[in-house]
Amino acid sequence: MNDKKGRTGAFIQVKNVWKQYGDQVVLERLNMNIAEGEFCTLVGASGCGKSTFLRLLLGQEAPSRGEILLDGQPLADEPDASRGVVFQRYSVFPHLSVLDNVALGLELPRAPFLGRLLGRSKRDAREQATQMLHKVGLDHALDKYPAQLSGGMQQRLAIAQALIMKPRVLLLDEPFGALDPGIRKDMHALLLELWRETRLTVFMVTHDLSEGFSLGSRVLVFDKPRIDPHAPGAYGARVTYDISLHDGHRAPVAADSLPADLAGRFQTAYQGA
Amino acid sequence: MRLINRSPSRGGRLALAILPFALLLALYLAHSAQRLELNPNDKLLPSFGQMSAAVERLAFTPDERSGDYLFWLDTASSLKRLGTGLAIAAVAGLCLGVAAGTLPLFGAPLSPLITVLSMVPPLAILPILFIVFGLGELSKVMLIVIGITPILARDLEQRAREIPPELLIKAQTLGANTWTLILRLVLPQLMPRLLISLRLVMGSAWLFLIAAEAIASTDGLGYRIFLVRRYMAMDVILPYVAWITLLAWAMDYLLWRLTRLLFPWHEGAKA
Repeated sequence: MNDKKGRTGAFIQVKNVWKQYGDQVVLERLNMNIAEGEFCTLVGASGCGKSTFLRLLLGQEAPSRGEILLDGQPLADEPDASRGVVFQRYSVFPHLSVLDNVALGLELPRAPFLGRLLGRSKRDAREQATQMLHKVGLDHALDKYPAQLSGGMQQRLAIAQALIMKPRVLLLDEPFGALDPGIRKDMHALLLELWRETRLTVFMVTHDLSEGFSLGSRVLVFDKPRIDPHAPGAYGARVTYDISLHDGHRAPVAADSLPADLAGRFQTAYQGA
Repeated sequence: MRLINRSPSRGGRLALAILPFALLLALYLAHSAQRLELNPNDKLLPSFGQMSAAVERLAFTPDERSGDYLFWLDTASSLKRLGTGLAIAAVAGLCLGVAAGTLPLFGAPLSPLITVLSMVPPLAILPILFIVFGLGELSKVMLIVIGITPILARDLEQRAREIPPELLIKAQTLGANTWTLILRLVLPQLMPRLLISLRLVMGSAWLFLIAAEAIASTDGLGYRIFLVRRYMAMDVILPYVAWITLLAWAMDYLLWRLTRLLFPWHEGAKA
């Protein structure tokens, strides 16, 4: 395993991954290597498996065939602290205050029986959580419950909650899908800032192409290359375009490598941004 | 204006709330007075004077034989049975509901069992309880426990299943194991629901209590009612029924306040 990793230098290796539910093939023959610190955005039409792929990375589901290696080791087949996640909804705990939502991540791993810290270590955890909340701009709302926050604030909280774990991989499942455009822009700035600071490996599912291109350092386009009209479930989606957007030649590379229909949509979105 | 768009004002609402009670009271008083006028010894619809005399005799005068204040003795015995039964049922229902609703491996055998058990009419097995647990306190408490535990367990199991899977996954990415996930996520989210469920089963709990006391007991509110029934002592039965209603209402109100006090997040989180 280790020599392979040395050869490819990849942080995450996806090897011939298939996912099917019964006869329905959702993903087929996925192969890719992802370097540490990459910001991958997963775009594509709805129902083409990008969220399924995210669930595979999260360990919520296992691939039907093939394997995913994280740092040369097969992924744990259940969610754990190495991978943080933010969902579109239900990412924060409604019964905990903002502060406790974040401090929870420091308490759970250290208290396997009580699930909570006491005394000094509890104060330390809360102190750390406060700093993290300051970073995402929530230090004015420490004692509020999530239901008292706006949608954007809740997602800020969810991001703080995921980052306090210092995960190696951050998975975002349409995290800004339910937010207003203005708020969404603020969230983009925040996310990029945190990504540059932590150098996390990020996977973000989005149905918004311009969001995918403006945030990502690498865009993975999911699509079904083969469709059998008599058996819609027979073939799954693959990554049809894998576009690196490293600084300097972001837009041209993107525009050149995109197929005409996608590029048209992208151009408008890009110019609009 | 259409009826559906009309709502009472603040004062009007209060007046409308009191109205049906006042009507019922007036109806009772009128009929009671009418019957007593025809026959001063009529027992069916006692006057308020007769009822307060009965209460005075039972609640504020020691019993001739035992020296006990029967009304308070009955109340204490009944509340003790009810409280014990509810407490045991709440703990058992919570454990079963959490286990069945959160852990699929526990839910597979527990869920069908709880469903079938909740269909057994508790009063039908009351004789079995008397045979197994004797005629003492235990069988009366057990009737309440057996009667309402399956209802609580089924409700809490359902609520546990309704916790969004995203939250369970999120907790695991924050380093929770199964135990701490239940402790910090599932239990706190189910506690307000447990209190609400307890309010809903309160009526059944009283029903089982009175039934058990009526059949085999030497004290308790249900025992007294069924005892004095032999003398058609409506002057005792009616105050006792009113007192039980008041107790049940007070418990309901307290549980409601407790839910709001302990779980202030619950109201907002439902939205």
